[in-house]
Amino acid sequence: MTTPSTLSDEELVQRCRAGDPDAWGELVERYSRYVYAICVKGFRLSEEDAEDVFQDVFARVFTRLDTLRDAAALRPWIAQLTRRRCLDAISGGGKEQSTAEIATAEATDMEEIDEAFAVREAVATLSDACRDILDRFFAQDQSYRTISEELGLPSGTIASRIARCLRKLRDELEGRNEAPEGSRRER
Amino acid sequence: MTRSYDEERLGELLRLLRPAPEGWVRAAQELPFARLTLDEIVARAEADLEFRAALIADLEATLARAGYEPDLRVVSELKKRYAES
Repeated sequence: MTTPSTLSDEELVQRCRAGDPDAWGELVERYSRYVYAICVKGFRLSEEDAEDVFQDVFARVFTRLDTLRDAAALRPWIAQLTRRRCLDAISGGGKEQSTAEIATAEATDMEEIDEAFAVREAVATLSDACRDILDRFFAQDQSYRTISEELGLPSGTIASRIARCLRKLRDELEGRNEAPEGSRRER
Repeated sequence: MTRSYDEERLGELLRLLRPAPEGWVRAAQELPFARLTLDEIVARAEADLEFRAALIADLEATLARAGYEPDLRVVSELKKRYAES
């Protein structure tokens, strides 16, 4: 798991526009799970279709970044591009689901995916150790045993570490409830 | 809006954003380099009519002879540009 940068989306977009390939790499890293989740959780695309959409979305973001008026609105813009491409993939694949059915199911899932993205941003503010163990256990489905072996920790301490990190995460999230929108990436 | 999170809910949300396959992420991260390669090939084709004609005749072989690594995005974009030439 890479260390997330402290750059805001706006700063990241500005650096990408200036041609900084490291900033582009960071943008892809920051949004890859989000785009992937929209494809496979929101729209239930097959892995093959999801890969096409995933690559196409980032290609469009790369070539059209200059057209994004509000650089701080990167996430909703990427979400919109991804939804459109997912709908294209579904209609092109001759699926029998109606557009209305898809839209209803997808709207519910998008709320959850957006909430998950906010939680992931909060995770980014935790210590390296907490970020790593939460990601391994929840997002990568690693067992206590694997985590114990890979991190060199006694297996009996994994559960308590995860619980402690979840409490820190909850405190961080609940502390944000009253925080202004622009302060999310501040440490 | 005030939200409260219990451990179970946090776990559900953390599970939702799983890593995309590494190869997909790497390919997307390499887009700027693919773009540079593409720009270089197009500039050369504009300056060198013989190279341009060779691209139109046999794109993949010409790129290989010129020492370019086969990148699907670059090849696909060049095909679009030169298919109707």
